[in-house]
Amino acid sequence: MEYAIVLLPLLGSIVSGFFGKKLGAKVCQILTSSFVSISAILSLFIFYKVFVQDYSSNKLIFNWISSGDFHVNWSIQIDPLTSVMLVIVSLISSIIHFYSIGYMSHDPHKPRFMSYLSLFTFAMFTLVSADNFLQLYFGWEGVGLCSYLLIGFWFKKPSANAAAIKAFIVNRVGDFGFAIGIFLIFFFYGTVNYNEVFQQTPLLLQKEIIFLGIEFNLITLICLLLFFGAMGKSAQILLHTWLPDAMEGPTPVSALIHAATMVTAGVFLVVRCSPIFEYSQTALNVVAIVGMITAFFAASVALVQNDIKKIVAYSTCSQLGYMFFAAGVGAYHVAIFHLFTHAFFKALLFLGSGCVIHSFNEEQDIRSMGGVWKKIPYTYALMIIGTLALTGFPFLSGYYSKDAIIEFAYLKGNTVGYYAASVGIFTALLTAMYSWRLIFKTFHGKYNNKKNNLNSIQESPLIMLIPSCLLAIGAIITGILFKEMFIGFDTQFWNNSILFLQTIQHDHPPTWLLVLTPLIVIVTIPTAYYLFVKNERILKNFVLKNQLLYNFLINKWYFDDLYNFIFVEPIKKIGLFFWRRGDINTIDRYGPDGLSRLVKIISDKAVNFQSGYLYHYAFVMLIGFSILLTYLILY
Amino acid sequence: MIEIGLGHYLTLAAIIFTIGIIGIFLNRKNVIIILMSIELILLAANINLVSFSIYLQNIVGQVFTMFILTVAAAEAAVGLAIIVIYYKNKGSIDVEHIDSLKG
Repeated sequence: MEYAIVLLPLLGSIVSGFFGKKLGAKVCQILTSSFVSISAILSLFIFYKVFVQDYSSNKLIFNWISSGDFHVNWSIQIDPLTSVMLVIVSLISSIIHFYSIGYMSHDPHKPRFMSYLSLFTFAMFTLVSADNFLQLYFGWEGVGLCSYLLIGFWFKKPSANAAAIKAFIVNRVGDFGFAIGIFLIFFFYGTVNYNEVFQQTPLLLQKEIIFLGIEFNLITLICLLLFFGAMGKSAQILLHTWLPDAMEGPTPVSALIHAATMVTAGVFLVVRCSPIFEYSQTALNVVAIVGMITAFFAASVALVQNDIKKIVAYSTCSQLGYMFFAAGVGAYHVAIFHLFTHAFFKALLFLGSGCVIHSFNEEQDIRSMGGVWKKIPYTYALMIIGTLALTGFPFLSGYYSKDAIIEFAYLKGNTVGYYAASVGIFTALLTAMYSWRLIFKTFHGKYNNKKNNLNSIQESPLIMLIPSCLLAIGAIITGILFKEMFIGFDTQFWNNSILFLQTIQHDHPPTWLLVLTPLIVIVTIPTAYYLFVKNERILKNFVLKNQLLYNFLINKWYFDDLYNFIFVEPIKKIGLFFWRRGDINTIDRYGPDGLSRLVKIISDKAVNFQSGYLYHYAFVMLIGFSILLTYLILY
Repeated sequence: MIEIGLGHYLTLAAIIFTIGIIGIFLNRKNVIIILMSIELILLAANINLVSFSIYLQNIVGQVFTMFILTVAAAEAAVGLAIIVIYYKNKGSIDVEHIDSLKG
C-alpha cells in the first residue's frame, strides 16, 4: 500500500510525460488524476490506521548507497508526522490535478503539465516519507526541480523564465546551507539515518567546533544550517524573494507548490528534526525570530500589492512565518496543525484567485476588477470562505491553528515568546486587512475593467468549482475536526515522531488573549469595507501623507533592489569581466583562436615555399643533399 | 714548370661543377641553359672519374665515364624533346613562367 502511494504518481508522470503525445491530453489528464486520487485514498487509509491503531512501519524500496560504514536506504517510513504530510500532499495534489483539467483547458501542453504535477507529487512523497537525511535531500531537490519546471511552464514568457531561474537560484543558496548541515551530521554522527542521529544527539551536546573562524556549539550549528535550508524552501525573510515572482507559473501550480506543499517542506524539516532542535535554545530562538519577522514583513507588503496572486503569495509567506515561530517556541505540533489547515484554505484562496483570473480573462490586477460578486457568486463564496479561514474567523480552521500558535507563544513565557505573541496578534490584524482588501477590491465597488464587458464575466466551469468546493469544505471543518487530535492537551497522536524536552504548558491562557484575536478579526471586516469600498478618500489621503512608508511597502521593503545592488549587479559585472577579459581576450585569443591563427600564419609561409620555380626545388634538393653528404663525411 | 697533378684536375672539375650549379640557379631566362648546366655537372663528374682512374691505374673509371656520356646524350635528347613539346604547348620556354607547381 505504501509503495502504491509513493510510486503511482511517478508512474503517472512517466506515462504522461513520455507517451503523452500518443495517448492524447484527455487520457493523460484522467490517468494522472486518478493515480494521484488513488494515492490520496490510500493515504487517508494509512492516516486512519496511524490514528486508530498506532500503526507505524518502515518499508524498504531498495538499498540506495552502501559504501563502507555508510548505508542509506530508499524507504518509506510511516509515522504520525509522515502520515499527516502524506494526507495533505496527496489530497491537495489530487484536487489540483482535477482543477488543472479545467484551468489548463486552453493550453496546448496538457500532458507535460500533468506529468510535472505528478512528478512533483512523487518528489514530495519521497521527501516526507524519508527515513534519512539523504533521501530527504533527494526529495527536497526533486520538488525544487519540479517547482522550477512548473514556474517556467509557459517558457515563451521571458518573465516566467526569469522567475523560474530566480526560484531555483535562491533555493540553491538555502540548499547550500542544508547540504553543509547534512555533511556535518555525517561527519560527526557517522550516519544520516534519522533514528541513529536522533539517538546520538544527546551525547554530542557539549561538542564545540570552529566554523568560519567562530566557535559554535555543534548542535546549534547543525540546526542553524538545516534551518537555513528551510528558510530557502519556505521563503523566509532574506530568502523570500523568489516566492512572489513564482506566481508567474499557472495558478494550480501556485496553489499546490507555492501554498500548500513545497513551501511547507521547510516547516516539516524543522519539525522532523525536533529531536535535534530541542537541544539548542539558540537555534530555536533564531527560528522564532526569523518566523515572526517574516510573518510581519510579508503581511505588511501584502497590504499594498495590486496583483491578486502576489497578495496571496505574500500571505503564504506570512503564514509560513507563523508556522516557524510556532516551531521556534517549541510548539511543533501546532506548527504542523497550522500547516495542515493552511494547506486547505490557502490552496482554496489560490484556486479562487484562479477562478477570478479565469473569469476576467487573464486579468490579475485587482484595481481592474470590482463589482462582480453577483456575476460570479460561487467564486465569491469560495473566496469568502478562504478569507474567513485565513484571517481566523471564529470556528473556521484558521481560527484554531493561528490562535493556538499565539497562545502557545504566549504560554512559552519567555521574552521571545511574548514578542512572538504580540507580533502574531498584530500580524493577524494586518492579515485581516489585506485579505478583506483583496475581497472588496475584487468583488465590490465599481466595475473597473476596461478590456472586458461586465456581461462577459462568467462563472468558471464545474471542473474548477467542484475541487474548490472540496477545499472549501476542508477549510471549514479541518479546524474543528482535528483540533483535539493534533493539539489537544493529552493527545497521544504524535507518539515519538516529535520530541518535546519540556512538557507543553497545560495552563489556559488568559481570557483576554483568547478573545483579542477573533475580536480584531471581526472588527476588521466592517472597517475594511468602509476603507476600501465606501470611503476610499481617507485611504488616499493617508497614502499621500505617508508617501515614504507607502513606497517602502510597495517596493517590498526594497529587498529586490537591495539584492540587485549587492548581488546581482556585481555578479553581472564580474561575469561580464570574465567573459570579456577572461574568455574572449585571454582564453579564446590565445587558445583556440590563437592556435588557428598560428596554423594559418605558418601555412601561409609554407605556401610561399611552393614557388613553382624549378630552380627553387633544385636548390633545396642540393642544399639537402649537401647537408646529408656533410653529415655522412663527418660522421 | 709546374707538374700537373691530380689536385689540378680535381680543382678544374670542382670549378666546372660549381659553374654548372650556379648556372641552374642564376639562370632566369630559358630552360636550355639549365639543360646545358646539367651537362656541365655531368662533365665535371666525368673529369673526376677519369683523373682518379689514371691516378689509381684502374680502367673501371674510364669505362664509367663512357656510360655517363651515353646517359648524358640520351638525357639531352629527352630533355630537348620535352622542351620542344613544352614550347609547342605554352609558346615560351622562359623559366620565369614555368611555375605551374606553385601551391
